[in-house]
Amino acid sequence: MLILTCPCCGVTGEETEFHGGGEAHLKRFGPGSSEGEFHDYLFSKVNPKGVHLERWRHNNGCGKWFHAARDTVTMEVFGTYPAQTLEPPKSIKDAITAKRPGWSWREFA
Amino acid sequence: MKRYSAFAVAREALRNHTGWDRAWASPEPKKKYDVIIIGAGGHGLATAYYLGKNFGITNVAVLEKGWLGGGNTGRNTTIIRSNYLQDASAAIYEKARSLYETMSQDLNYNVMFSPRGVMMLAQTQHEVRGYERTAHANALQGVQTEYIGPERVKQLVPIINIDGPRYPVLGAIWQARGGTARHDAVAWGYARACSDMGMHIIQKCEVTGIEQSGGKVTGVNTNRGTIGCDKLGMVVAGHSGHLADMAGFRLPIESVALQALVSEPIKPCMDVVVMANTVHGYMSQSDKGEMVIGGGTDGYNNYTQRGAFHHIEETVRALVETFPMIARLKMLRQWGGIVDVTGDRSPILSKTPVDGVFVNCGWGTGGFKAIPGSGWGFAELMAKGHSPLTEAFGLDRFYEGRFIDESVAAGVAH
Repeated sequence: MLILTCPCCGVTGEETEFHGGGEAHLKRFGPGSSEGEFHDYLFSKVNPKGVHLERWRHNNGCGKWFHAARDTVTMEVFGTYPAQTLEPPKSIKDAITAKRPGWSWREFA
Repeated sequence: MKRYSAFAVAREALRNHTGWDRAWASPEPKKKYDVIIIGAGGHGLATAYYLGKNFGITNVAVLEKGWLGGGNTGRNTTIIRSNYLQDASAAIYEKARSLYETMSQDLNYNVMFSPRGVMMLAQTQHEVRGYERTAHANALQGVQTEYIGPERVKQLVPIINIDGPRYPVLGAIWQARGGTARHDAVAWGYARACSDMGMHIIQKCEVTGIEQSGGKVTGVNTNRGTIGCDKLGMVVAGHSGHLADMAGFRLPIESVALQALVSEPIKPCMDVVVMANTVHGYMSQSDKGEMVIGGGTDGYNNYTQRGAFHHIEETVRALVETFPMIARLKMLRQWGGIVDVTGDRSPILSKTPVDGVFVNCGWGTGGFKAIPGSGWGFAELMAKGHSPLTEAFGLDRFYEGRFIDESVAAGVAH
């Protein structure tokens, strides 16, 4: 069972306390964007086998959204961080690099 | 290929079973094939089979990184039905179901197709309306199915508790010609027939890269060397995104674990398949007597072939309420498979941005039932460039907003 720490309220809980929200750091495209951009925003998933950055919500807790860095094969959680950011903080990137040297996820590495 | 028959069994019984052939050959890969299929699961092998049978294309290799049928083909709960809502889905699933009817004869391999009937319970007013609508749609599509009341449900499944209390059974959609089949045998039967046509089934051969030249596929890199091809079919379910990444494009799918479990074997108590989508559980009884139980998918991407433990509790809790007599059963085994889920819960059978590369994926939580229809349509798509069965399932539907929305009709489990 996945164990996550909510960076908003600091509570560490099992996955039943949280709800997965899919891929993180999406750039939103709406009216005025090209069809390709809108399609990619809605449907083109990274769906990686390995390091993944994703959104979670602390449903049965503080109710806040946050981000997590996780390995989709080993289920190891490298760390969680607040959602109010455009890219993972250096501490998270370093934590991933320590375990998965040479990782990349979309434009981040 | 020596044919299997009652006579062959009698003959071999008299000579200590020394005359049986290997069901399929294990050849070394050639330098080049006309068509390479990645993935020797049901869908991949069915594609190869119909390429040979319907289009005479037999210079084909089926590459498998593990063992034949060891992925989702050997991990599902073997349910076969075709009562989908949308016309495009009903067409391909009904094609598949009808091919299952004669598969044992066509392949000369007993796939143990058992049209015992599949029942999907309606336990909310919303579901009642949804299934009545599906039953009407099926009538127009020529798919034999009917909406039945709770008394008929109880008559067909005496062990069911239709009185709730939380979710009383209000009715059900009933497809009498749905059922189950032996999942391994489907893969083995197709593999044997493919091998007989001269196709190469190469196990323990993992694709590590896709070779392209001028936007067209020229071959694949594998752990057993580079193998050339003119056309490439990617039929790898949960690992489709991983493979698409190698080819340089992304797919609108996400991979999650879906799990199933079986109980200890008991005497025959239920001779139909029952699915309860509101409470997230479905159950049938195998020929061995085990209750085969399927549950929900994980709520986040993963490739673990295991599944989150709490889903077992949710599934079993729901089924114990629906079938009180199973409360004291012991569970024997639990396992997971990686399913590839699309946004509209419908599959993708399509050309791709790379010339010569075709993709068959996105069957999500319900691919087993579709194996022959999927192979039939995908083989036509690969051979001729278009197929009436797969037309609606192209990748372009995500650009055009032309979804085949089955999430309501199919629910979580299917």
